[in-house]
Amino acid sequence: MMKKERHVLSITVENYSGTLSKVAGLFTRRGYNIDTLNVAETMDPGISRITVTVTGDEEVLEQITKQLNKLINVIKIIDLTAKQSILREFMFLKINCNKENRSEIIQLATVFKGKTVDVAAKSITIEVTGDEEKNNAFIELMRPYGIIEIVRTGLTAIERG
Amino acid sequence: MKLKVSEAVIACLELEGVDTVFGHPGGAVLPIYEALRTSNIQHVLVKNEQSSAHMANGYGRAKDSVGVCLATSGPGATNLITGIATAYMDSIPLIAITGQVNSKKIGTDLFQEADVIGSTEPFTKNNYLIKNKNDIPRVFKEAFHIANTGRKGPVLIDIPRDIQDEIIDFEYPETVEIRGYKPTLSGHSRQIAKAVKKINEATQPIICVGGGIGSANCREELYDFVMKTKIPVVCTLMGVDSFPNDSEYFAGLLGSHGYPFVNDAMNKADLIIVIGARFTDRSTAVISGKNTHQHIVHIDIDPAEIGKNIKTQTPIVGDARLILEELSQNDYSLDIKKWTDNIKYSRKTYMEETLSKVWPLEGTNPFRLIKAVSDYSTGKSLLTSDVGQNQIWASHYYIANQERRYLTSGGLAPMGYSLPAAIGARFALRDDTKVTSVMGEGGFQMLMGELALVKEYNLDIKVIILNNNRLGMVRELQLHAYNKNSFHGVDIAFNPDFMKLAEAYGIKGYQIRNDDDISDVLSQAYASDEPCFIECIVHPDFPTMPNGRWE
Repeated sequence: MMKKERHVLSITVENYSGTLSKVAGLFTRRGYNIDTLNVAETMDPGISRITVTVTGDEEVLEQITKQLNKLINVIKIIDLTAKQSILREFMFLKINCNKENRSEIIQLATVFKGKTVDVAAKSITIEVTGDEEKNNAFIELMRPYGIIEIVRTGLTAIERG
Repeated sequence: MKLKVSEAVIACLELEGVDTVFGHPGGAVLPIYEALRTSNIQHVLVKNEQSSAHMANGYGRAKDSVGVCLATSGPGATNLITGIATAYMDSIPLIAITGQVNSKKIGTDLFQEADVIGSTEPFTKNNYLIKNKNDIPRVFKEAFHIANTGRKGPVLIDIPRDIQDEIIDFEYPETVEIRGYKPTLSGHSRQIAKAVKKINEATQPIICVGGGIGSANCREELYDFVMKTKIPVVCTLMGVDSFPNDSEYFAGLLGSHGYPFVNDAMNKADLIIVIGARFTDRSTAVISGKNTHQHIVHIDIDPAEIGKNIKTQTPIVGDARLILEELSQNDYSLDIKKWTDNIKYSRKTYMEETLSKVWPLEGTNPFRLIKAVSDYSTGKSLLTSDVGQNQIWASHYYIANQERRYLTSGGLAPMGYSLPAAIGARFALRDDTKVTSVMGEGGFQMLMGELALVKEYNLDIKVIILNNNRLGMVRELQLHAYNKNSFHGVDIAFNPDFMKLAEAYGIKGYQIRNDDDISDVLSQAYASDEPCFIECIVHPDFPTMPNGRWE
């Protein structure tokens, strides 16, 4: 058995309609689950970057990468699992709160470099940016207060240097 | 030059050298048909859109070029899908043009609307929905380039009805620039050197070829390489006509329905050079990959095929022709005569034994029939087969070579492929090539409406159906999976009178009831340059493989 590992694929594609569907469809059709996915333009408006995180063994990942490379609109694929890259995810957390514990929550958020973006009578919304581990830790920390909603973007990544 | 988009479409086809389009009209392609009417391109009206893709497939394969099919939106396009998927699995270049509903109304479920782009995504090499009228020349230039380079395949262009009427400044681009599409052509020199070394070290080498030899158009380069190394050649269904079947170095078909001695040789080989073959389950059913003594060199234009199904020690990505040329430039000193002679002897014995074996079954012996078809279609010839028992019989006993092509679908393998593929091939080969289409009566009836085209254009095709009133191969699968009491859904309880059917289509019909009729019928059929329809009666218990089993 091959070891299942988390991979972050940074895929640059030509910005034509239908490209995202072709890329995403390929994962589904080959029986591969996408954990997270995000897409945006690069500095060249004709080119977009799709960042996908997937879990699987090397052999399947190699096949997926080769199949992705065959898509005409895919320009380049980089596997960013290596240590030489910076991974970040942005998330919103809406948490139950009241007058008594509001400042406590804000304080904890500050430790995670979180920002309070909305306060209501019975809830508070905080934004946090970080790698998945940090974000997961913050979620666990907030769980006892009662999380109303989590909105995560999924990872995006860049190579160092 | 100002042109309507519909006229621009036809102009693009003309500039790409297209002379025949297989299609079926409909509301969403009216402007294209109007432009087609006044062009020099011949339009062949099919009875079912699926056939138009198979015809374009056969046309492209016979001519080593790109076939074009044309259909309307919705049902026209969905009918094409089987044909497109066939071309995709077999890596056959094809351009499919479909009409689409009004661009401003796409997605509102109009009459005859279907998401063709979405539904053909998994089996087109690329597809385009035209949203901007000015994209037409670029898209067509790209489509032909993509379809016919690298690992070849079908490309679909979906054009909304309203855009077809718009006016553009037409200028056809001379070059193509696609950032994400640059197939590797020349093989890695270090890997080639490694392959040469392995070849020289081998004691029991074998070459396994697939459809890639035909698509890279390198039958001669393969021949030169084999003549230099004297390594025996085995093939997949798609590779049958890659190498002269009458050469002493040709072993034959491998895989689940391959020759037993070929599979045996594959297992014993210490070096397997795979060229342009996918090495799919059907071919590798016999080689488990447990043979650790084997060294595998895999040459393919598609890096995704290498290492996909079988572990490869020496991968060489690139164009088979260039790589074979480079391989042939090296010196070889193999000492494999015993190995080669053994395979040669096995083939000779096998062919003699299976052809002379007497069966206690009434009707025609299909092995002998195909052998006779091969013998009577002398000279330049092209044979298409369907899927099922007929496909295996044809690929075993038809003698193919550079001038005698064998067209079948080894990948998707749809029933009904044979007749339209032969029609397409006949349109491509307007010379004295003898074109024969072999199929079962089940496959024939899937797309038999196309028989009308044979008459309409007086196409010299010998249409041969092997009639056992059964879906023979499925029946045999049931027999082996369960037992002889488990046949279900495989008896064709009613078949038309095929001789009357041929007569109804105005085509001369012959019946071969048993082996005694073979030479009479075939000599008459091939002496004439008229189409004919030949029904061969085959006993339902006639097995696919002469030994009644497969691996």
